[in-house]
Formats: sequence, structure tokens, C-alpha cells
Amino acid sequence: MTPGSAIMPLCVAVPLGGAFLTALLGRQIPRLPDLLGALATLGALLLSVWSVHVVNVYGTVVYALGGWQPPIGIAMVLDGLTAFMLVTVNLIAFLVAVFSIDYMERFTDKWLFYTLFLLMVAGINGVVVTGDLFNLFVFLEVASVASYALVAFGTEKQELEAAFKYAVMGTVASLFVLLGIVLLYSHTSTLNMADMARELAHKGGGNVTLLVSVLFLMGFGLKAAVVPFHAWLPDAHPSAPAPISAMLSGVLIKALGVYALCRVFYNVIGITPEISSILMFLGVLSMIVGVFLAIGQWDLKRLLAYSSISQIGYVILGIGLGTPLGIAGGLFHLFNHSVFKSLLFLDSGAVEYSTGTRDLKKMGGLAKKMPVTGATTLVGAISIAGIPPFSGFWSKLIIIVAAVEAGRHWYAFWAVLASVVTLAYVMKVMRYAFMGTLNDTWRHVKEVPFFMKVSMVSLALLCVAGGLLLLPGLQETFLTLASGVLSEGTQYAAIVLSEVQ
Amino acid sequence: MALYLLCLVLFSVGVYGILARRNMIKIIIGVIVVEYAVNLFFILVAYKKDGRSPIFSPDADIPVQSMVDPLPQALVLTAIVIGLATTALMVAIAMRIYEKYGTFDIAEIRELRG
Repeated sequence: MTPGSAIMPLCVAVPLGGAFLTALLGRQIPRLPDLLGALATLGALLLSVWSVHVVNVYGTVVYALGGWQPPIGIAMVLDGLTAFMLVTVNLIAFLVAVFSIDYMERFTDKWLFYTLFLLMVAGINGVVVTGDLFNLFVFLEVASVASYALVAFGTEKQELEAAFKYAVMGTVASLFVLLGIVLLYSHTSTLNMADMARELAHKGGGNVTLLVSVLFLMGFGLKAAVVPFHAWLPDAHPSAPAPISAMLSGVLIKALGVYALCRVFYNVIGITPEISSILMFLGVLSMIVGVFLAIGQWDLKRLLAYSSISQIGYVILGIGLGTPLGIAGGLFHLFNHSVFKSLLFLDSGAVEYSTGTRDLKKMGGLAKKMPVTGATTLVGAISIAGIPPFSGFWSKLIIIVAAVEAGRHWYAFWAVLASVVTLAYVMKVMRYAFMGTLNDTWRHVKEVPFFMKVSMVSLALLCVAGGLLLLPGLQETFLTLASGVLSEGTQYAAIVLSEVQ
Repeated sequence: MALYLLCLVLFSVGVYGILARRNMIKIIIGVIVVEYAVNLFFILVAYKKDGRSPIFSPDADIPVQSMVDPLPQALVLTAIVIGLATTALMVAIAMRIYEKYGTFDIAEIRELRG
């Protein structure tokens, strides 16, 4: 077994163990949930950074769960894309856990929050590392069920309503995914993704793959909140506590939706021009619909939620283009969006923490009283609007250039237009919340506590430094490896299976 | 074939329940029906006419071809357990909503819009 392959089960086991210990001891020992939450996510973050090193040295690594050799046993696969997603997920999870130390003081039963939070992180990590399709479904459900409960965490009217809507739609989406997996199993008699890809290439997909593609598009598309399936997101994301909004918008929709979607379509079923066109169309549709719905919102978190839909559109457009440059741009935007959208949601949480409101009309001049929150929001806003040299600019630029290169000039045009409107709505946030004269109600507003500031400032620095990932040297070790996995398509089967022997 | 069609009918009944009912409890029942339809379909995929249980024994020489595929049965067990968790959570949320709003009618539970 290759050294470093133990990273994969550990990435699931560490948060899961943290959740277990928190549930067991968290109520009795004060401060323990904070400590465990931060330590478990830090452990997962270190493991994922190490996994980038492992991928660079050994290439694709396969771990046979319980010693049962794939394709019979359950496999976990570590390749460039997995390492990329692990770093994204655990980086955000760690900073969110740090933020929660102070923020979650507003709620009772903090230990319950950390238990669910760590369960969700374990589920997301599991989705990312697994090489087995049914196992992917199980981890998807672990993460989803934890997120339904977290959306309802405030147990007020709105939270419960949003959670119910989210739970029903999410469960139906999962069932579509399960139905797709059943059909694929009946066609190929295997559940291992690499083996399945080989069987599909060997036997030919035919009508089964067509039906399965539609089911997966609906199922994973709903998890990713792509436009015709987005109705749950603008309710669920604002209703959750701010750290969870950051997790949901930052990583959950990407790991369960975008990652699973492109892993299955590129590496297992094999991308076809039709699927590619559908993905691009849905991407552009999300981009445009999300951006125009966002600009009319007066609830800060609801505005950010619609903005997530629009930004996911960019990611889907980039990945749907199918060219190496487009995929690299899409994945880069996925990483950047995780960082700046988490930052903006944490900032909205900071505002809510200090003032108790999310209504933009009631705010005003908060930058004077809350300089750190104001400054970090500005960084996040500039980043999401795509102003150079912040990270969002580079990834949007790559996607637009890739769209032009692929001959999709209209899609490139819509991407530029959406970017301009994005600038408009983030300026709206800055103008109404932070600039202008201080509303008299907020005369005694204080800046947020230490841990919240640490987390916000770290994310803001990452926004500034995000563009550095494109530097030669860094790019090859991280981003190119990830996009390479998708570019090589169904070669995935041969690469993974050769590792098994 | 008829069995598969009945399974599809069950699936459609569940989807109809989710989409057309206004009572939250009925929506939850719709979700459960869809879930059972998918599980049933999974079992049907593995079914074999006159199939035997997949147990090897040294005494009897049973050919593998006559055995039912055991894997979907194990997977469906997992799917049922997951379904239990989601159902329990949805029912719990529905109960809390009833405490807050005093109704199960989703047309009257409309705080969120826009």
C-alpha cells in the first residue's frame, strides 16, 4: 500500500471522531466543543494539505477499505481533484469552526451545533474521497441530513420553514441519485466507479446512460442549486446560523453538487457534447437568473444566497466547456468562490451579531463602528465582483477567455454582463451597510470578538492571495492536477484500476 | 415487466403526493412512498425467477447462476436506515412547525418569499 493512502479514511474519521466525542462529552465539559471543533477541522486541514504532497509524489493513490481489494471491496481514491476539493473543504471548515467559537455563543446547546457541524464535514470529506458510487450516496446523505438539521438550528418560524422545504427537496434529489445508481448497477453489475467506467466503455451505455444522466443532472443539480432546481437555496442558506450559511454556500453545494456531478459525468459516464451543452446552458441560466434576483434583495444574507446561485453558474459554465482551460477556470472559481462567499457570509454574521439585523435598509455607516468587518467585506465584495488583482478576477477571466476560445461568444458575453451586475449588487451592500452616515440606532455597536475577527481576516488574506495559485510552480502542483483529472475523462478507470493490482 | 410498471406507478404516486398535497404530513408520506418505490426497484433488479438465497454450503452443490444477487439487498438495508433518519428529521421539523404556526397547511406557512 502506498504511503499516505491512510489520509483518505482519516479525513473522514477525524471529523467523525470529533463529532462522536463532542456528542459524548460536550454537554458536561464547557469549552470542549469549541476545542474539539477547531482541532478536528485543523487535523483534517493538515491531512488534506499533506494529501496534495502525496498526489504530487505518487500520483493517484487507492485505499482498499478493510483490506478488501477493489472492485469487490469499497475503494477510496486520492487524485488531483480529490486533493483539491479536500483542501477547499477543510480550509473553509477550519476557519468556520474558529468563527463559531464566539459567534455560536448567541445560541444554546453549542455542543449540538458542533456535533452536527463535524458530521457534515465528515460527510463532505467522504463524498470527496470515495471511489464507490453507493458509498458516495451514503456520505451524501450523511452530509445532507446534518445540513437539514443545521438549517433548522435556530428553531424559529423561518428556520423551520426553510429546513422543511430544504429537507423535502434534498431527500427527493437524493432519491433521484439513488435511482440513477440502481440503474447503473443493473447495467454494469458493479458499484466501483472505475470498474463501472470500464464496463460502460466496454458494453456501451445506450439508453440506460441517457436516463441515468437525466436523473443525476436532477439529483446533483438540485444539490448544487443550478437554476431550475434552486428554489430551496435562497430560503435555506439565509435561515441557517451564519457559520453554517458559509459552509453551505462555501463548500456543501460544491462538494455534493458540482464535484459529484463532474466526477460522475466526466470520469464514469463520459462527457458527451449533449451533456456538455446542457451543463453550459444551465450554468449561464443560473448565472443570469441568480444575479438579477440578487440585486433586488434587501435581506443581506438572502442577497448573498442568490449570489451563490449566480457564482455556481460560472463554475458549471467553466466545467461544462470541457476544454482544459475551461475546467481549470471552473475549478479555480470554485476555490475562490468558497473563500469569498464564506467570507461574505461570515461578515453578514458579524453584522447580525453586533446589530441583530439583516435588513440593509436599517444599516448604514457600520464601517466606522466595525472597521474589521467593513474592511473584510470590502475585500470580499471586490473579489466577488472580479476586480484585479483579487482572486475572483483571475478565475472569471480564465472562464471568459476559455468560452471565447471554445467559440461560445454569447456565453462569454453573458458572463461579462453577470460580472458587471455582480459589481452593482456588492456595491449596494457596501453603500447601504457600511458607507454613509451612521444610523443613530447603532451608536453603541461594538466590533465583534477576537476569534470572529481572526477568521474573517484570514479569509480576506486568502482572497487577496488567491491569484497566486496561478503562479508557475504552484499551479502545476494544485490546480493543473485537479483539472487534469477531469480532462482525462474516462481514462480515470485505467489509472485507478492499475493502482489496485 | 408488469412489476416494473407497478413500481413506476408507486414512484409516480409518491411524486404526486409531494407536488400536489398541501398538508405537510402528506408530503412526508409522499417522500416515504417515493423512497419505497426506489428500494423496491433495487430489489427487483436483483430478483431472479426461481432464484435461491445466496448461501454456499459444502453439502449441496448449488450453481451460482441460480442464486439471487445479494448485494442490492444489503444496499437497500442501508438505504432504508438512511430513509429512517431523514423521515424522523422531517417529522420532527413538521412537529416544531405545528407548534409555531398551528397548522400543517403549507399554503399558510409562508414567512419566506422573494
